[in-house]
Amino acid sequence: MPTNNKRMYDKGMVLAGLVIFVVVVTFPFWYNLGKAAPPPEPVLTEKAKAAEKCVESTEFMKAEHMQLLDVWRDTVVRDAKRAYINPEGKTYMMSLSNTCLDCHDNKADFCDKCHNYASVRPYCWDCHIDNPKETE
Amino acid sequence: MLEFAVKGSKRYWGLVLALAAIAGVGVLTWLYQLSFGLGITGMSRDVSWGFYIAQFTFLVGVAAGGVMVVLPYYLHDYKAFGRITILGEFLAIAAVVMCLLFILVDLGQPMRMLNVLFYPTPNSVLFWDMIVLNGYLFLNVVIGWNVLQAERHGTHYPMWVKPLIYVSIPWAVSIHTVTAYLYCGLPGRHFWLTAILAPRFLASAFAAGPALLILLCMVIRKFTKFDPGWEQIQSLAKIVTYAIILNVFFFLCEVFVAFYSNIPYHMDSITYLFAGLHGYDAYVPWMWTSIIMMVLGIILLVPPVTRRNPMTLAAACLLVFFGAWIDKGMGMIAGGFTPNPLHEISEYIPTAPEVMIALGVWAAGFLVLTVLFKIAVSIKEEVRA
Amino acid sequence: MKSSRRRFLKLAGIAALGLGSRPVVDAAYAAVGGQAAPEPKVGRQPEALTAKQWAMVIDTRRFESAADMEPLIEACHSIHNVPHFENKRHEIKWIWETEYKHAFPGKENDFLPWEVKERPYLVLCNHCENPPCVRACPTKATFKNENGIVVMDFHRCIGCRFCMAACPFGSRSFNFRDPRPFVAETNKKFPTRMKGVVEKCNFCAERLAEGKMPACVEASDGALVFGDLYDPQSKVRQVLNDNYTIRRKQELGTSPAVYYIV
Repeated sequence: MPTNNKRMYDKGMVLAGLVIFVVVVTFPFWYNLGKAAPPPEPVLTEKAKAAEKCVESTEFMKAEHMQLLDVWRDTVVRDAKRAYINPEGKTYMMSLSNTCLDCHDNKADFCDKCHNYASVRPYCWDCHIDNPKETE
Repeated sequence: MLEFAVKGSKRYWGLVLALAAIAGVGVLTWLYQLSFGLGITGMSRDVSWGFYIAQFTFLVGVAAGGVMVVLPYYLHDYKAFGRITILGEFLAIAAVVMCLLFILVDLGQPMRMLNVLFYPTPNSVLFWDMIVLNGYLFLNVVIGWNVLQAERHGTHYPMWVKPLIYVSIPWAVSIHTVTAYLYCGLPGRHFWLTAILAPRFLASAFAAGPALLILLCMVIRKFTKFDPGWEQIQSLAKIVTYAIILNVFFFLCEVFVAFYSNIPYHMDSITYLFAGLHGYDAYVPWMWTSIIMMVLGIILLVPPVTRRNPMTLAAACLLVFFGAWIDKGMGMIAGGFTPNPLHEISEYIPTAPEVMIALGVWAAGFLVLTVLFKIAVSIKEEVRA
Repeated sequence: MKSSRRRFLKLAGIAALGLGSRPVVDAAYAAVGGQAAPEPKVGRQPEALTAKQWAMVIDTRRFESAADMEPLIEACHSIHNVPHFENKRHEIKWIWETEYKHAFPGKENDFLPWEVKERPYLVLCNHCENPPCVRACPTKATFKNENGIVVMDFHRCIGCRFCMAACPFGSRSFNFRDPRPFVAETNKKFPTRMKGVVEKCNFCAERLAEGKMPACVEASDGALVFGDLYDPQSKVRQVLNDNYTIRRKQELGTSPAVYYIV
């Protein structure tokens, strides 16, 4: 049977180790303190500007586009429904490559900028082909 | 009890480090597979499961084989096995860990693994396999740990463990039954489409599992102060004897049905494995080796004189274990996919990276086994001291 | 307004998992007593073609050589970004030509009419009415949609390949590596796949949604007939009425929806 001893062995070593651990773990926070890069502004194409409104309001799209796309993909693939009618009654085909990227054909400036800033890597583009104009 | 895992001889640490090193190389190879895709393996659209799933199938058997020490002790009060039930349970844990790892390395998109839980699909046998395998792992961890701890303290294990022990016995049968159902319910895969597949899997499991356990007991006898017992080894040997005979018998039943009925679908895969088909015959030497090993094993196991001799018994166990391994870990899966549904032949040969990843999983499993057996043996030594 | 939309999207997400959207949405609005803001809706495009069970009849008499089939296969593989691999192990195909004995194993007579035996046969996913692949899939990544098409949801597939073992027709392919570099010319309107997922013919679900016939049917010059198996007026039913047809391995009970006039 091991004994439950209340004594702490090698106190100095343990505490020093803890301090080093905390310093290392928090390093990115204090090293970058006050040096946050300004959030990028997505660039709108002429076509997107001319449309004035996306499928939903700008605030909604900013905050919820990923959920919207998630619902889109399930509805298209699993429910065989491809038309999206927004509250104003306007109909869109639910398609990332063919609808979203038709207006926003500047993926690098519109999508990637923010995604890189937020350090998210959506793998949409592994399959869905971004607009050809951008890859040139 | 975990402290016993970090206190050991040089030999123990040498073994741990060697296994960890092989497992490490396996992990690196797996990372390469993750970045390239499963194209680094020998699998194709015709043989879409290969070495990984075959190892998985064989190891489910080894895991289920652990029940062969648990059942006589708890249901028939066969006291002698009380000394080694923990070894059976710990072997089952290590085997299930390998099974789960083999599933993991076989997935094309392992990051999406949890989809099986997010979208539970009771009509898929794989869903049930996930449940029974994880359940069996859980049962053996809880039971093994509690019983061993009680032994260490010289007390009786808590009463709530008892029902779990009883549940674990049919559960062991279920893991291999469900694994057989993965294959035998598929239309158009005639090699597997047989009601005897689950019984055959169980027979080979109850031969290979206890055979490995006998070998492990012999190793423990030789290298530690804990003696699992000669009577125990002999009882296991009888189990191995009957199980391997049943396994060969079931196989011969398959051969009879296929060739007496003369239905092409039923003969094709067996012909491919044992004689070659349309010029493809890579598996022929392996399959005959497997049959010869199993038959030699039987010849050594049936006469008491060779069964009772440690040398010949060890040889018999090796023959049974590797014979069953070739049968299930090589032939069973590739054979079922050859010829393909269009009656074309793509011969499957595992590639070097594929074998390396499989070796890595085996090493990881034996690492788990080494650590668990070290704990168990240390406690046994302590209690008997 | 914003929060009600967010709720809609969440509920629509749940609905997409098969709970049925209306009752859930209604119940949720009733529960919070909220004034329903104008909601977005989803639906079919008006030109979409629908069926209880899409089916195909292949008039094999119309194909004399593999060259006759090439345009159909090419049409399918190019619009669906099906990659071309030199390595046979990585091969991916949605629709291809094969010999009689491979298309109909077990049905080969020694003394068939020469042209029946020598003619090429077109094989593809049968979109079975009782598909074993759907039964096998542990995540519902492959499922039968409301038009009877056996669909792959590439987003959900974990790459376990149980469906490939379950399919008695060898209709499924697996992405053993990233397919994108092996697609000669990508069709921007259709996604490619990523490594580690299974794929197969989708009966051109994306074209039917736009009111177009499947690509192979369109390219076949009438040799392939496509329609609703359960609509007595459909062209498929007329052809089935007028001709003796066979199906691949129908003894297995999967009920293939692709019929062959031999």
